[in-house]
Amino acid sequence: MRRYRCHKIAKGKAKGEIVISKDPLCFYLVDPKDGQVIEKNHDLEGKSIANKIIVFPGGKGSSVVQADGLYQLQQENNAPIGMIIKYPDTVLVATSIIMNIPLVDKVDEDFYSIIEDDDVIEINADESIISID
Amino acid sequence: MKLTSEEKDMLAGKYGEGIALAMEIQQAIGEAFEAERMVEISRVHVALSNQEADLWFVEKLLKKGNKCRISPTVNPPYNLEYFKNYIEFTQEEVDIIERTRKAYREIGATLTYNCTPYLENNIPRFKEVVAFSESSATPYINSIYGARTNRESAQSALCAAMTGRVPEYGLLLEENRRGQVLVEVEAKIKSDFDYQLLGYTFPRMNDYHDTIPVFVGLPDKISSEALMNLGAQLNTAGAVSLYHIVGYTPEAPNIKAAFQNHQPRNKMVIKDEDIQETYSSISDKKGEIDFALFGCPHLTIKQIEQIVNVLGSRKFSVPFWVCVSNLTKSLARKMGYLDTIKSAGGHLVTETCIDQPCWKFLSGKKGVTDSPKCAYYTKRRNMSFYIADLSRATEAAIKGELR
Repeated sequence: MRRYRCHKIAKGKAKGEIVISKDPLCFYLVDPKDGQVIEKNHDLEGKSIANKIIVFPGGKGSSVVQADGLYQLQQENNAPIGMIIKYPDTVLVATSIIMNIPLVDKVDEDFYSIIEDDDVIEINADESIISID
Repeated sequence: MKLTSEEKDMLAGKYGEGIALAMEIQQAIGEAFEAERMVEISRVHVALSNQEADLWFVEKLLKKGNKCRISPTVNPPYNLEYFKNYIEFTQEEVDIIERTRKAYREIGATLTYNCTPYLENNIPRFKEVVAFSESSATPYINSIYGARTNRESAQSALCAAMTGRVPEYGLLLEENRRGQVLVEVEAKIKSDFDYQLLGYTFPRMNDYHDTIPVFVGLPDKISSEALMNLGAQLNTAGAVSLYHIVGYTPEAPNIKAAFQNHQPRNKMVIKDEDIQETYSSISDKKGEIDFALFGCPHLTIKQIEQIVNVLGSRKFSVPFWVCVSNLTKSLARKMGYLDTIKSAGGHLVTETCIDQPCWKFLSGKKGVTDSPKCAYYTKRRNMSFYIADLSRATEAAIKGELR
């Protein structure tokens, strides 16, 4: 098992499959009914983030759309279970803390070079550790 | 993060459960950004949105008791009593707006229902530390007044209103306010509308969406409306919450000061053709319209005067709405502008945002507006827009087409 240090933003633990995005994500442009990204030309267009751990650069969009987007996903049980980012912004940070979705940043570059979509990983934000089986 | 004994008491619930929850969230935000401490604030603006997450969070805080320590001004939802005369609302829509307004009243907000608090009743001074959410408001108070706020979310701003504090990080710290990209504006920027396009152009041409631009080459005189437009678009097309204009904004008396004696990370020239390219990427040049909608952000009394001057004694040939503050509408009434617009068939609507369910009857229709932000946010309501300066757009509403 490999372990990587990270930095806790929103507390909690999550274990599950990952989905990797090159583009920043706006949760308003995700369909709450199935968790599919509907934003045109987005790296994740047509893919589902429901109950996955998302690895992406960071959030984008106003506070209103980001918070309501994640809220709607949570209501339908299609929210991501964890998030790993590079660039924290106040809106995504506040939203994930309020919605209780574990969020971490500052992960070693090594981690990014070995991961692939659908790998199963575990985030332990409380102990600032990511582990891969 | 170091907390004072009063802040620790807040966290422990000594002042009530609502304040404890708000402080817990703020402490987590502070630690995420490695803030060393909390700082007291004196003003808050909350981007109330009348959406489910907005309602869920304000009711969650409210149920735990406590009122805001700092009463925040708030963004507009829509004017239910006004629109009830024109369209049918579902019971669910009525429930959401009635509960939202009730919750914000009970939590102690100042019910301005206006998105330009920085021009009316929530005006910070130089270096005042505050918590503002709302995309046109954060760049205005940071850049034009030199006040200090991060790009707060509606929820983080509401937490700040509860505790009277914010974690100290980001744009609250002097060193993080220095300019990053030098933007030489060679394009001719004359009208207030040109600033909309300039604001949309910079993030389009820049690699990072949250960069601090430093503009040179702008005219000596810039209106409040132009600055409102510039900030709103910079923060819609990108996430720019602070900009400097050399020789104009308070933290940029000269280029050296704007960059705090550092070298610009990057340089950029914006030419006429860049502005033109922005315009053609967001709007067709001419065509027939079904309606006209303005007020994103809320128009000022000067802009209402501009509409009235173009209008004269003519009539609109399509439905014509302008969202304004209560103050602007009351001024327009006293100054006779409201009568002129009403007799032409137009409406001034208060306490209303363009991105709300009250506009559902415009779904599938094509309108004209002066605001790229308005056109951007209403796409998901299936409304589409031509974008033109206020005078040309008013003329289009009279003719029924943009020429």
